Amino acid sequence: MRIQRVREVLDASVLCGEELLDREILSACAADLMSDVLAYVKTEALLLTGLTNTQVIHTADMMDINCIVFVRGKMPSQELIEYGRKHDMVLLSTPHKMYYASGLLYNAGLGACR
Amino acid sequence: MEKLHLHYDVEGNDFIAAGEASGQVKRALRQLGIDFEVIRRCAICMYEGEINMVVHADGGTADVMVEKDKVTIILEDRGPGISDMELAMQEGYSTASQDVRELGFGAGMGLPNMKKYSDSLEINSEVGKGTKVTMVIHIPG
Ligand SMILES: Nc1ncnc2c1ncn2[C@@H]1O[C@H](COP(=O)(O)OP(=O)(O)O)[C@@H](O)[C@H]1O
Ligand SMILES: [Mg+2]
Repeated sequence: MRIQRVREVLDASVLCGEELLDREILSACAADLMSDVLAYVKTEALLLTGLTNTQVIHTADMMDINCIVFVRGKMPSQELIEYGRKHDMVLLSTPHKMYYASGLLYNAGLGACR
Repeated sequence: MEKLHLHYDVEGNDFIAAGEASGQVKRALRQLGIDFEVIRRCAICMYEGEINMVVHADGGTADVMVEKDKVTIILEDRGPGISDMELAMQEGYSTASQDVRELGFGAGMGLPNMKKYSDSLEINSEVGKGTKVTMVIHIPG
């Protein structure tokens, strides 16, 4: 699924990476525990999270995740957005809660990391 | 023969910078053209270990040695040490504070992740003196 479609499905706003929305995502992972992301994520995955600190970017960077969706309308700081931009990431913010946002993406055909 | 030796001083309790050394190691390994899966495993091991030094041990040093057939990661600190190693290795055991939990760590998965993703994990720790973690990840030939 292209990130552009993710954005539409989740009614998300784009915080950075507007020019990278045609990137393809193969699966998704929803987590607030970064150790779980490190333990389970596969390649070309998208991360849905409720956390907005720098460790989210570091974790994504480690796992080659290049799209992060902040749920429940959470807004990371401007510094964090810049940090994401520096790492060539697309950062999105959706008003939906984690479970609902995950369900919307799953219904639209984006599978889990297995 | 050592192809590369990287050294980092890791600041204690700096919750923003934590993970930067790991990011640099990952980029260096990529430049060497090392296998994708090997890099991923190194990244996971180093990052969890770096976070542990920052949050549990007031920082320390990281050394990464790349040879033809393996990557060795050595993390050394002068923190409080680990008194019960068996307990520390258990999934879910953690002495981390709420501050650490808010970072997305502190669920007691770090050491188990390091064990799972390295080919060998050796921890030498002395209470009151510090901890030395040595991890080896083989590069398939
Ligand atoms: N470098 C270290 N120095 C002192 N204690 C440590 C160190 N690394 C780990 N520990 C201890 O081992 C426990 C388990 O570590 P870990 O599995 O990484 O979980 P977490 O970091 O989430 O607590 C920690 O809570 C801490 O008590
Ligand atoms: Mg840990």
